[in-house]
Amino acid sequence: MEDEAPVIYGLEFQARSLCAQAAETDSIRFLVGTQSLGPENQVHYIDFDDENNLINKTVFLHREGEIWNISASTFDSSLFATCYNKTSDNRSELKGALWQLPGGSNPPSPAGEDNSSAHPHLGLLCYLDTEEHADVKSVLWHPSGDSQPVVGLCQDRIVTWDVDTASSAAKVVSSTSIEGRGHPRLTSGKWNPHHNCHQIATANDTSVKGWDLRTMSQVFHIESAHSQLVRDLDFNPNKQYYLVTCGDDCRVKFWDTRKVTEPLKVLSEHSHWVWSVCYNHFHDQLVLTSSSDSRVVLNSVVSLSSEPYGHLVDRDDDDDGDEDSLQDGPQEPPKDGVIATYEEHEDSVYAVGWSSADPWTFASLSYDGRLVINRVPRSEKYKILL
Amino acid sequence: MADNLAARQTDDSDKGDGRRRRRDLKLYYGIENGEAPVENEQVSQTSAQSTDPCNLDGGSFQPQTYLSKLIQERSLTELMDEEQKMVRDIKGLDSDMQTLVYENYNKFISATDTIRKMKNDFRKMEDEMDHLASNMSAITDFSASISNTLQDRRQQITKLAGVHSLLKKLQFLFELPARLNKCIDMEAYVQAVRYYTKAQRVLHQYEHMPSFQGIHTDCEAIIKQLRAKLMERFRQKESTAKQLTECVDLLLQLGEPAESLCDEYLSHAKHKLDEDLEGLEKQIKLYSGEVKPAQEERPAQAFMSAGMDVLEFVDSGCNGFLSNICLVIASYNDMFLNRMQTDEALDTIALRKLVLFVNELMERYFSFVRQRVQLEKETGDNTILVRALDRFHRRLQAMNKLLPDTDFSRAGTEIVSRGAKDRVAHYLQSLKQHFADCLTDIRQNLAAPRLVGKQDSNARLADLLSNMQSSVVEQIKSVLGNLQAFIAPDITFAMKPYFRGPFCSQDVREGLVVAFVRHVCTMCNDFCEVPGDKTTSPPALLMILSRFCIDLENATISYLLSVAEEQFMVEDKGTVTPTAELWAMAKDTGQRLLNHYVRVQGLTISQMLRKSVETRDWLNTIEPRNVRAVMKRVVEDITAIDMQVGQLYEEGVRKERSSDSSRRTHALSSSQANRRPQWNYAPSVDNSLMSNIQKLFSEKIEIFSAVEFSKVSVLTGIVKISLKTFLECVRLRTFGRYGLQQIQVDTHYLQLYLWRFVSDENLVQVLLDEIVCSAVHRCVDPVMMEPSVIDLICERG
Repeated sequence: MEDEAPVIYGLEFQARSLCAQAAETDSIRFLVGTQSLGPENQVHYIDFDDENNLINKTVFLHREGEIWNISASTFDSSLFATCYNKTSDNRSELKGALWQLPGGSNPPSPAGEDNSSAHPHLGLLCYLDTEEHADVKSVLWHPSGDSQPVVGLCQDRIVTWDVDTASSAAKVVSSTSIEGRGHPRLTSGKWNPHHNCHQIATANDTSVKGWDLRTMSQVFHIESAHSQLVRDLDFNPNKQYYLVTCGDDCRVKFWDTRKVTEPLKVLSEHSHWVWSVCYNHFHDQLVLTSSSDSRVVLNSVVSLSSEPYGHLVDRDDDDDGDEDSLQDGPQEPPKDGVIATYEEHEDSVYAVGWSSADPWTFASLSYDGRLVINRVPRSEKYKILL
Repeated sequence: MADNLAARQTDDSDKGDGRRRRRDLKLYYGIENGEAPVENEQVSQTSAQSTDPCNLDGGSFQPQTYLSKLIQERSLTELMDEEQKMVRDIKGLDSDMQTLVYENYNKFISATDTIRKMKNDFRKMEDEMDHLASNMSAITDFSASISNTLQDRRQQITKLAGVHSLLKKLQFLFELPARLNKCIDMEAYVQAVRYYTKAQRVLHQYEHMPSFQGIHTDCEAIIKQLRAKLMERFRQKESTAKQLTECVDLLLQLGEPAESLCDEYLSHAKHKLDEDLEGLEKQIKLYSGEVKPAQEERPAQAFMSAGMDVLEFVDSGCNGFLSNICLVIASYNDMFLNRMQTDEALDTIALRKLVLFVNELMERYFSFVRQRVQLEKETGDNTILVRALDRFHRRLQAMNKLLPDTDFSRAGTEIVSRGAKDRVAHYLQSLKQHFADCLTDIRQNLAAPRLVGKQDSNARLADLLSNMQSSVVEQIKSVLGNLQAFIAPDITFAMKPYFRGPFCSQDVREGLVVAFVRHVCTMCNDFCEVPGDKTTSPPALLMILSRFCIDLENATISYLLSVAEEQFMVEDKGTVTPTAELWAMAKDTGQRLLNHYVRVQGLTISQMLRKSVETRDWLNTIEPRNVRAVMKRVVEDITAIDMQVGQLYEEGVRKERSSDSSRRTHALSSSQANRRPQWNYAPSVDNSLMSNIQKLFSEKIEIFSAVEFSKVSVLTGIVKISLKTFLECVRLRTFGRYGLQQIQVDTHYLQLYLWRFVSDENLVQVLLDEIVCSAVHRCVDPVMMEPSVIDLICERG
């Protein structure tokens, strides 16, 4: 059985930001923001038809400026946040805003002709303003989707907004500056889905720090996690202390936040900076990384996953269907390693993301505006499932 | 009756004549049952026949019945024939009878004559027999009378003789205590024992008689004394072996149990041997410094006892302990084993005792020797150790002959090979130490001249490398030379295959040369994986080590192995690590070091570039007038690296060689001229399209990839890493017009100077173009600078 070919979609502009529509669990949808200094920036709303292998796209105009970061809401599929660069005559600053897709969560029928003037504008919900006018690096939505605070990582501080969707207003709840030598600049961050979602982790130069949002105190600190800049990090969705980071030293490192002196595992599959790392939310042995060597690597890290001994058949779930899988007997414990390297990109791949709906589909975006939707190889998929 | 005979004759014609005739005679005389059973049967047949009245030969033949029967049954002619036959038969029978009678008559006559003659002879013999009998009785009478007369005297003589000997014995017995005493006084114990053993039985027998009892008790007392004396002498430390043997012999004769004597003897011997061993132990302690020589000893003595060297130690062990134990074994053999004893069980017990005893002591001795040999690690000289081991080994072999059942030479060889192994390990350790020292030296050398000047330090890299190489090789060679002492031809154990084989191939080749190469490789690999990625080692060191590894692969490994194999005549090549494996390992290490070097250098330059891009406000910058200082610095650094690498690595191949730079700048400006207008006038979309198309035709650039062992390749790697970083940093910034122009100037400057370092000029070109292209994208007001102005600025800078 041949693996299905990747689906490639080209954007007109250069792009850096990509995210899955987190609140959507039925269809495979991604949001891509373009990065162009010109007047027009777009948010491409991608709907991937898995059965027909087709991409349905809807393009919205993002009038505020080039998008550096995009993140979809976890509770309302029509909401998302962007961090954009507003360039005036002699200064450029990163700002944040919440947007609403016109027409609710369902994409409007694709426009017949590809005419940029026909693209609808996004509905602006509110700006995420900070008192200090600090650059908003990224916006994090509360992972559980229950409550509605939004956390922004600004230059050297963590800002929390309370968003009221009804009144289209965001109010700054707290704004905490982080201390550090020199001028610490946060490069990226992730909300920890464990511990009742009270923690976030941020990357700053070569170190990674964990914060408790209630007290804004430091929870853990991985000093010099990488020998150079840390570019991205992600939490294991199932194991609460496990964290993966990537950085300019071409390495991907797995950490236990309780023991931060040494990484649990180091991958060096890339030949240039690793820009993005991403755990699969359904099967946490699958870890995607993308790098400016224009490659995307799908790793299997079974040894640090929640299923280190392969799939454990849960007999309570279905009594009849189990017999086949039981007959397979004990299999070889799966080993860590690279599952696949995807080389469809020609330029640096700055973003990669798993679909929130389908555990086997992911998208990657390179700087030249090429979006590639790929799937986990079937053989690996069956290995995990059976 | 005649008919009967005739009929019989015709019937039994097949039987022998004599026999038939005898039977016929028997029949004739009526002796019916004297014959053999077969005969009887026939007779019974005949008698059965005889009941038939018609049987001519039968006894109950009735002529009337026969006749009437014939007449009734037969015809006339038949009757006539019958009659004729009958007549013929009768005639035959008559003539037979006549012959028989004639034959037997003669025999009867001679028999009668013989009988008559015998009668006469017997009568004469009877007379002679009577005569003999009378003679014999006369002789008997005489003899009886003689013996009667002699009887008395003989008895007397016998009695007298008995009394004499008894008296003699008695005298001996009575004199015995005195004699014994005398013997003891004279220390003639042998005689005493002989006397005693002679008398002992008698005394024992007549114990009940008071006088004998007295003697017996006296003797017992004396013998007890004697025994005690013997025992005393036996236990005396200074008694010689011969005396001991005598003692044991006598004691055995006196009925001491052999087993306890064995024990006694061995324990006695043990005392002495223990002393020897303690001496050895003390030496070991002295040598190892555990025990200080006693204070009260005189200084000279203290100096003497400050610990002997290993040769002295082994000597003293051989002369003291080993020769003593040999003596003990020999005399023990004489005493207990080689005697003409019949008691097999006792023999085996005694032998077992001896073996146990010897084994225990030898074990202790071996352990001491082992300890001592192990202590020998610190000193450098082999010859003494080798000689000591050789002496030890020889001595043990001699001992083996003495006690054939046990094999001490195996344990001895083990100690010897252990000692050799320890030496090898020690040398390996010192080689490692030497290597580490070399590294420290290089580090210091690298650090020191930096104060003097960069050029100077660069010029010294090759020297440092060759110094290190030659010193390492020399060191190994000298170690090998030292180790050769172990296989010198005059050393006995060196000739043993069970020592020589493993020592040469496993210890020297594997344990020393191969292990050293491995160690070097692991050491070098460790440099590549510094924990926490903190680059503590100077890049130049990485460079030197990488070159060192490559040289190892190319020449040094083969050379060292061939030297080792030649000097030690390693034949067994099956179990040793193949050279190819070491080559591969060294090459791999060299590669890793070089990759690491490229990485480290690349990162240093990247870091510089990154900081320079990140910290500048590119939106609000003034019009470029100069090349930024950091670019000059980058070019300088790369030039320095180039010189550094150039000392150790060959140039390598370039894709496109340009002999003079003027041609190059000309080509460059023309290519720029071709490209620039597109940037100036085409909108950004087309621009990205252009770069995409361009990428389609150019190969994908691996940034952190493995490099080849050439200067150009190394430099290419470093340049690639630096430029890629530059590109990524540019992409993260937003540029104003002058910012873009500054980038233009910078990249042009880089291009002017970097092309000469790399293998493929296009590569630099592509990367720099991409940087400018990205900068154009990130520029809010993309207005390019005139190429001529750029040229001007760069030339001025």
